[in-house]
Amino acid sequence: MSQRIPVKELTDSFRGRAVGALVDDQLRTNFRVAMDSLMQKRADAFPDEEEREGLRELGNHIKARALSQLPDLLEQLEAKLTENGIKVHWAETTEEANRIVHSIIEAKKGSQVVKGKSMVSEEMEMNDYLAERNIECLESDMGEYIVQLDGEKPSHIIMPAIHKNRFQVSKLFHDKLGVDETEDVNELIQIGRRTLRQKFLEADVGVSGVNFAIAETGTLLLVENEGNGRMSTTAPPVHIAVTGIEKVVENLRDVVPLLSLLTRSALGQPITTYVNMISGPRKPDELDGPEEVHLVLLDNGRSGAFADAQLRQTLNCIRCGACMNHCPVYTRVGGHTYGEVYPGPIGKIITPHMVGLHKVPDHPSASSLCGACGEVCPVKIPIPEMLQRLRQENVKSPAEQPKVKDGGAKYSRKERAIWRFWARLNTSPVFYRLFLWGATRFGKLAPKNVGPWTENHSAPVPARRSLHDLAKAHLNQGDQR
Amino acid sequence: MSARRNILNKLRAGLAGTTPRPDDFDEGLVTRPWQYAPEDRITRLRSLMEAVHTEIHQLTCAEWPAKVQELLEHRGLKNLLYAPGTDHGQTLSEHWQQSNAAPELLAYDRPIEEWKEELFWQVDASVTGTVGGIAATGSLVLWPDRHEPRLMSLLPPLHIALLKASEVEDNLYGMMQKQNWSAGLPTNLLLVSGPSKTADIEQVLAYGAHGPKELVVLILEDA
Repeated sequence: MSQRIPVKELTDSFRGRAVGALVDDQLRTNFRVAMDSLMQKRADAFPDEEEREGLRELGNHIKARALSQLPDLLEQLEAKLTENGIKVHWAETTEEANRIVHSIIEAKKGSQVVKGKSMVSEEMEMNDYLAERNIECLESDMGEYIVQLDGEKPSHIIMPAIHKNRFQVSKLFHDKLGVDETEDVNELIQIGRRTLRQKFLEADVGVSGVNFAIAETGTLLLVENEGNGRMSTTAPPVHIAVTGIEKVVENLRDVVPLLSLLTRSALGQPITTYVNMISGPRKPDELDGPEEVHLVLLDNGRSGAFADAQLRQTLNCIRCGACMNHCPVYTRVGGHTYGEVYPGPIGKIITPHMVGLHKVPDHPSASSLCGACGEVCPVKIPIPEMLQRLRQENVKSPAEQPKVKDGGAKYSRKERAIWRFWARLNTSPVFYRLFLWGATRFGKLAPKNVGPWTENHSAPVPARRSLHDLAKAHLNQGDQR
Repeated sequence: MSARRNILNKLRAGLAGTTPRPDDFDEGLVTRPWQYAPEDRITRLRSLMEAVHTEIHQLTCAEWPAKVQELLEHRGLKNLLYAPGTDHGQTLSEHWQQSNAAPELLAYDRPIEEWKEELFWQVDASVTGTVGGIAATGSLVLWPDRHEPRLMSLLPPLHIALLKASEVEDNLYGMMQKQNWSAGLPTNLLLVSGPSKTADIEQVLAYGAHGPKELVVLILEDA
């Protein structure tokens, strides 16, 4: 019986956290069950392969078209939103974005914020930033609320609390909210509903993310099932949306295929319960809705990925989570092992641009390159290809000028020298035969410790006779017969 | 404004020497798989919405106010939020007067700030109109305005929506084109495809997360 290791205590490397997660039976069961179900739901939602592939191709073209004119579309979006009465802010860093959000809240003398699900606000660590300034920032998505209540971070971008089961949630609610324990999921959700409804009522400001920002009409589109997104964007007097600069699309019609791809890939649903399209604050004669709407456009490394035509494809992402649902690595190690906001395959290719490869040196290599992520991606990001590119950038020497933030994090002169030796060995027949001669005779001198390999395997010992030698002997025998 | 300039400059540098990709949007990909014979549209919408716990009744324009009354009385609800400035709101209030219906009619006729607490906790049900339905995804299109504010379809535990049978379109693309959305959108356009739900705990589906616990759609067959 393995001991449960709380994820939040594992703060070392990817490797260390992975080891902890792999022996956590509860965690592995929670993820296995959830991912199997999500994969089946997606498969059921795309019964017609031809339809699916046509739509993925279209989704890819729409995102590629938007990125090919991104600066112009951002300007158009800004102009349209401004015309509609929505104020647009730009932030290069998460620090800047937090400052902007804080200043808007301060101007309203706000002390309570409710937040609909937003991964960009996780990037910003907005909750912590505001808490330090005595502003309560409460998550209102049920999963995010559970995770926040337990002092954790989301482990999945669509299902933040997927690592917990009902008993763990029940105990958490009992401990933190003083309610009776219950194994009834419906009752647990009703506890969340009652607690959060009061917060929606009191909140001074609502914060949300954005799924698609439409340049043509100046519209922010949000999808959700719970209604917390609509609450956060409608009930408080001020609404602040935060989003990455890559979320803009050119036309309203472009969202039709993207919306279908998003909800079917993420949850296997033909559509989410709510599609919330916001094109302005409350008009003077309207009776509800926020009086102010703000949009914060965040870069945070995205323009770095954008600078390289190949890596730019990373920004096609519509955050459906299908790549992690289908990832054999993610399913086994769970979302927290990645140690950053975005886990799974998309996390591995987007995070290096945000935090630099020095901070996530194992990200590009924590993959078997099985290709499942690329196969299911609704906008056809070639994720395995991106991973291989990042592996190259990860081992470049400073002289080779890596193209990714903090590239060369795994550059090692020793490793480079060994590869150079290997290449020389295999391109020079004389050298090769000489080495072979030595290896077959002095095999006992081979190193007993060859890095991570010998942690779980016995060290390789060269054979006493080479394959060449054996083949030659075999052929000679044949000649004699 | 330096952040704006820096971001745009960096993006422009990345695109130096390139031209925008052509617009090759193929509308057939989002319309062809989602076309239905007129008599099948309602069936499709019904089956999708019922699959996510929506209660649906098909009736006539003359019948719906009495159905609303029955829905409320059957559940023992004490009040109903309505929009007095709309045609259906007028029809409803006339029926209420004539039939001496028990549940109290609450008019959404003042800014939310004046009665926020009451709206959040005391309202049992609401009736709103829709501007159409979408067969492909089983969705209602709500176009809130000053007469029928946004929160009407969100706060009450029971939301009753009126849908004219003649306004059900095949798919979202068709709806956008027919109503010419890109020419002008309301402050908050909504697609609603069932009661509020969540599967955030163990992927077990639970209804009534933050929005309505129940959604009842009255399809008006002669409208």
